[in-house]
Amino acid sequence: MNESILKTIGVAFTVCLVCSLVVSTSAVSLRDLQKENKLNDRRLKVLQVADIYDPNESIAQQFTKLESKFIDFNSGMLLSEYKNYNIDEYDQLSATKNPQLSIKVDASDDIAIIKNRENIGKIYILRNEIGEIDKLILPIRGYGLWGTLYGYIAIKDDFNTVSGIEFYEHKETPGLGAEVDNPKWKASWKGKKIYKDNEVVLSVIKGKVDESDLQSSYKVDGLSGATITSRGVTNMVSYWFGESGYSQLLRELNYES
Amino acid sequence: MNLKKYQEVIIKPLIDENPITLQILGICSALAVTNNLTVTMVMCVAVISVLSFSNLFISLIRNYIPSSIRIIVQMTIIASLVIVVDELLKAYDYETSKKLSVFVGLIITNCIVMGRAEAFAMKERPLLSFLDGLGNGLGYSIILIGVATIRELFGAGTLFGYEILPLVSNGGWYMGNNLLLLPPSSFIIIGLFIWLIRSIRPNQVEEDDFNLSKHSTASDLTKRELNV
Repeated sequence: MNESILKTIGVAFTVCLVCSLVVSTSAVSLRDLQKENKLNDRRLKVLQVADIYDPNESIAQQFTKLESKFIDFNSGMLLSEYKNYNIDEYDQLSATKNPQLSIKVDASDDIAIIKNRENIGKIYILRNEIGEIDKLILPIRGYGLWGTLYGYIAIKDDFNTVSGIEFYEHKETPGLGAEVDNPKWKASWKGKKIYKDNEVVLSVIKGKVDESDLQSSYKVDGLSGATITSRGVTNMVSYWFGESGYSQLLRELNYES
Repeated sequence: MNLKKYQEVIIKPLIDENPITLQILGICSALAVTNNLTVTMVMCVAVISVLSFSNLFISLIRNYIPSSIRIIVQMTIIASLVIVVDELLKAYDYETSKKLSVFVGLIITNCIVMGRAEAFAMKERPLLSFLDGLGNGLGYSIILIGVATIRELFGAGTLFGYEILPLVSNGGWYMGNNLLLLPPSSFIIIGLFIWLIRSIRPNQVEEDDFNLSKHSTASDLTKRELNV
């Protein structure tokens, strides 16, 4: 009886209908919560990299201390407005999938292997009491060993010194490449310099940095057992602080101050 | 009454009929998610819930499933449950779900889930099937937690992310074993577990599929040659 064609189709249809209802209900009813999680996770990293995170206060509340700006990568200019985009909702990563909002990075320039670069990015500014720029928080990304690492880097008001680095998404091996999340390693970035004579020289080296080395402020300890991830991070810094990244903006700001 | 049977379906899969060490099922996820105990625990909860509920639902409709499409019906139910679990994780435990990434989705392909659905839930009553799923899920979890404890403790010097053995890289004395942090090490550890369990329970040792014939010796050869 179970084997008749009609019954087979009937059962298949019913099972699919019920399952799709269950799946779509859960997806729709949990979407807001998931979106908020994702947003909060990103914001948390921005606050941490700016070194102003206070676990006792709500993330959304603390985030208001930061000023968001669009950056036009082609001109290096900061913009308060861009087309009709709301700055809080603008997602530069989804812009990379839209050919009108991004450019394909030439293979020879694409050292960080990002493939497409958005025309307009989004950065955060932390100002001190008298309204001067204290820190810039700049998103960076690049390919490691297993996938793209996404993170933020914070720059001090000399627009050359790193004050923090955080990654909010990566697929590196736990214990090896995933040590990019190691607090000690992240702390070792503090005070490192990015540019020397307008060239990006900061790099993650192999092994430990020799403190007596005159160049030690341009070098970061390598992650042991994770040479490719370390190289990925170096390339990421070189790309994003190079001409097609933030270098125009930083030079501009430096002249101003 | 049948209480004993209920007990049995939960307890047997823990050691005696453990899905990983006896049936060697579900190894892939055991390799991928065992480098950190927190992540492993969440994965175990996810597998237990998918396994129990897929068994329950399949058992509930077992008399209506035409045998020609039974596998695809089972898969549909399992896949839907996995998606629901994945969505729940993303909503309530975002941190861990980020670390588990695709592996929650891959529960669909975990052979234990299909195996129990096909071997047990298609024949038995709903409650019993639910408990069977629970038992097998727990059996899977025991092994995973064992593997994860060894890997995290000796690989990264931590348990649940808390430092137990201070690593050299953090200024301590323990040099972490990097091999343990890579997936192949779980193969070795699971192999050792299987060895251990089968030494204690020799009845789990499988019979050889075939016997090798005895080696011929030099004297055999000369004899044969002489005959020719």
